[in-house]
Amino acid sequence: MSERSERAVPLWEVFVRARRGLSHNHVGSLHAPDAELALRNARDLYTRRQEGVSIWVVPAGAITASSPDEKDAFFDPAADKVYRHPTFYEVPDGVAHL
Amino acid sequence: MSDLFEFVLRLGDDALVAAQRLAEWTSRAPEMEEDVALANIALDQLGAARLLLSYAGELEGAGRDEDALAYLRGDREFRNCLLVELPNGDFAVTMAKLFCLAAYQRIRYDRLVTSTDERLAAIAAKARKESAYHVDHAALWVRRLGDGTEESHRRMQAAVDEVWPYTHELFATDELAARVAERGIAAAPSTLREEWLGAVEPVLATATLTRPADGWAPGGGRDGVHTEHLSYLLAEMQVLHRAHPGARW
Repeated sequence: MSERSERAVPLWEVFVRARRGLSHNHVGSLHAPDAELALRNARDLYTRRQEGVSIWVVPAGAITASSPDEKDAFFDPAADKVYRHPTFYEVPDGVAHL
Repeated sequence: MSDLFEFVLRLGDDALVAAQRLAEWTSRAPEMEEDVALANIALDQLGAARLLLSYAGELEGAGRDEDALAYLRGDREFRNCLLVELPNGDFAVTMAKLFCLAAYQRIRYDRLVTSTDERLAAIAAKARKESAYHVDHAALWVRRLGDGTEESHRRMQAAVDEVWPYTHELFATDELAARVAERGIAAAPSTLREEWLGAVEPVLATATLTRPADGWAPGGGRDGVHTEHLSYLLAEMQVLHRAHPGARW
């Protein structure tokens, strides 16, 4: 894609909450000149205009992602330090959804 | 029941021919997302056409189904308005056509929901939601192009000027439409124009476009007298069915 059209048609990330869904899930991305069109296009492409769904569109540039290079530091917990994990408590009966 | 048959045929033919024109854009739209949107609208129009033509076939009672009505009539038997058969032109012309048509269909279907004819009311209840989306989509592009670059403004204005004369036919009330209105089946077309202007004019204003003056008002589509464009459209649409009559698919 040329520099010019890249500038004119930025990338948007699309999040959809289904009619009975609890949260918005990332479903994909699309190109659109602005938020209004991104929303409409997302409706066509990802929801088939079903009633009762909620759509979020976010310019891809507004998203800060964790870097794959720092994966180890970010996500690999020190498993040898057991006191980091809250496993030493007795859960009372009746607290089902802790 | 021939009045009702004829009236339903008008609605069905508008939707069918509009669908055929919109489908011509497939894979040729300015953006991929727009390609999907136009195909989407074409499918909506085709869906409405199928319901209406099936019903028309039943009303006629001569054994013609939706396929027979779509594929085995010549241009003199089509009852669509001239607006929908006009060539697509550039993207601005297509949006001007769609905007004018969808704004009309929206109001038309909105009123039909209270029709004394239950079947028609049910079809309208389904179609009006789709029409609302079509108006929304076309209005968005009319505003964008009108209030866009100098070139897009020029093209959008030219498109609206080109299409405007053909919108008068949508609101022409002939004897048949008057009889249909008298029976409470559908509002007389002439009573829809104020509301239509109320929907169209503000969008043109926001788009920095000049609303064309009323004047020349070509008509004839409702009587089967069409522009030179329709027979070519039908030749393409009907070629397979006519080459293999009676085939099933």
